[in-house]
Amino acid sequence: MRAPPPVVDVVDVTRSYRLGGDKDADGAVVHALRGVTFAVQPGEFVSIVGPSGSGKSTLLHLLGALDRPSTGTVAFSGRDVEGLSDAELAVLRNREIGFVFQQFQLLARTPAWQNVALPLVYRGVAVRERRRLATEALAAVGLSHRLGHRPAQLSGGEQQRVAVARALVTEPRLLLADEPTGNLDTVTGSEVMALLRQQGAERGVALVVITHDPEVAAAASRRIRIRDGCIHGEVAA
Amino acid sequence: MRVLEASRVAATAIAANRLRSALTILGVVIGVMSVVLLVAVGTGARNEVTAGVEDLGSNLLIVAPGSFEFGQAPSASRFTLEDVERLDRALRGRAAVSGQIVSGETIRAEGVSATSSVLGVTAGYDQVLGRVVSRGEFLNASDVATGRRVVVLGASAADGLFVDVDPIGRSVAIGGLRYRVIGVTERLGAALGVDRDAQVYIPVTAAQRLFGTRRVDTIFVRPPSADVLDAVSAEIEFVLGERFEQDEFSILTQDEILGVAGDILDTLTLVLVAIAGISLLVGGIGVSNIMLVSVSERTREIGLRKALGARTRDITLQFLVEAVALCGVGGLLGIGLGVGLAEVATRFSPLPADVTSWSVALAFGTSLTVGVVFGVFPARRAGKLDPVVALRYE
Ligand SMILES: Nc1ncnc2c1ncn2[C@@H]1O[C@H](COP(=O)(O)OP(=O)(O)OP(=O)(O)O)[C@@H](O)[C@H]1O
Ligand SMILES: [Mg+2]
Repeated sequence: MRAPPPVVDVVDVTRSYRLGGDKDADGAVVHALRGVTFAVQPGEFVSIVGPSGSGKSTLLHLLGALDRPSTGTVAFSGRDVEGLSDAELAVLRNREIGFVFQQFQLLARTPAWQNVALPLVYRGVAVRERRRLATEALAAVGLSHRLGHRPAQLSGGEQQRVAVARALVTEPRLLLADEPTGNLDTVTGSEVMALLRQQGAERGVALVVITHDPEVAAAASRRIRIRDGCIHGEVAA
Repeated sequence: MRVLEASRVAATAIAANRLRSALTILGVVIGVMSVVLLVAVGTGARNEVTAGVEDLGSNLLIVAPGSFEFGQAPSASRFTLEDVERLDRALRGRAAVSGQIVSGETIRAEGVSATSSVLGVTAGYDQVLGRVVSRGEFLNASDVATGRRVVVLGASAADGLFVDVDPIGRSVAIGGLRYRVIGVTERLGAALGVDRDAQVYIPVTAAQRLFGTRRVDTIFVRPPSADVLDAVSAEIEFVLGERFEQDEFSILTQDEILGVAGDILDTLTLVLVAIAGISLLVGGIGVSNIMLVSVSERTREIGLRKALGARTRDITLQFLVEAVALCGVGGLLGIGLGVGLAEVATRFSPLPADVTSWSVALAFGTSLTVGVVFGVFPARRAGKLDPVVALRYE
């Protein structure tokens, strides 16, 4: 039996930014990624570490189909993003990927359950069903009692748990977290990490976490170190 | 994302910024209100004019000096009593003819004075113009022939000058000369903005002496039915053609007056609506401006929505619906205000306003169009934002 294709397969990818506008051919070029090859297998937990500015977030955006590589290929379950339109990438993000951000990125003045239900809106799920699914997802992260709370009425840890619920409500194959504990104290951070791992494992979701916290990184089944836009070492647990 | 979903998001966004939303749509509110109100006033004026002119009857011909066209200044009359008499002779048995000269004069009676229109008229004016005497009698041929100083008062002129006494037989002073009251007309009401009950009638000969002129302003000709208007009109043209050039007089029917008056009012209404349109345009620019502010304020929200699966067109639709909803609300408020003010105008001013459904529909349609036109640019800008850039936006 053949192994299933990777959730996402990155081959020899570069990503560079031209500073000073697209038209200025002489503008300085920033090479954020300089030839990265990397794959995420179904259900695995990968952590990415590296100094600031090394290209971690840039890589995560490519893994999340939020961005396209300058050269090289990024493929989701065997589908190359080069052949997909922006609208198709949006659909792919909606169906297969969940994001957790350092700044939580919740809609202000919007109740927790509606924040969680937001990705379902773009799937055309009816309101009643959205509410049901969001309630379930919030229960799974231990926030059954906070359905109607707005972000400003929640603690940082609770806000990040709402964000986790939002990432999971669509039942993605890949969960991407960019420094999810960066804005939390150590104890709360560990709780959120534990939640991510537990939920990921329960649902068989592949989990990629960018972190500066060695303890968080060490918990992963695979650790990747990035420096100057290149992979500089990989450790399996 | 369907429109319903987009409307929900738009409603939330508008409600979240109530004050700003209200200020944003102010221009649209004022524009729509102006359109509704001005069209209502214009329509009211048109109804008034139409009713007034129709009151004259379809079988009346008005012979006026000069050519009667929109944009043409009225000319001074060169008609004299002789012209009236020649027309009367030529049309005897076919139509009643009467001449008129008008001037505003101060009238005094026993310590009371009033300014009113003094009409110098020939005998038979009451028949031609439909004035009915309620007490006493109207001016007769001998009064006119001799220039006798007698006067017939309009109903409200009589009420104003003589309180609790019968005016018949008493005298009033017009231009320093005494006139004996011989009749009072029945109440007619106002027409074309003129209170016909405030007018007073004296023999045209007496009036010419009083005003120091030999001219007659207008000649009225009324055949028994509208069917013979053309024949009578041809006769008038023939008779007057002996003394006047083609362009020195004109013969007007009710339809022609309605046509010219309608043209004037239409032009006026159009100008007013165009001005209101400019305020709608300015309102639209305001909406566009605030939508751009809203887009940049919500850049991170846009980035997030895109990360969660919103497509370019989902975001564009969301902001477009928001702009249209803003303008729609502005339009509804403007219609409400316009209708309300029209009601106030009708009740408290002499100008009755008539709100027409087409102007309401037009104003509302225009406000939605303004929303689309001025919402498209900010909405497309929102839709095109790169999710990565938008998510990083501070
Ligand atoms: N839109 C952009 N335009 C220009 N340069 C960019 C852009 N985005 C990222 N970069 C550059 O690419 C490099 C990698 O950025 P990236 O955000 O991936 O770093 P990072 O590893 O996530 O850093 P941190 O740990 O501080 O978040 C940096 O030098 C950054 O300045
Ligand atoms: Mg980063």
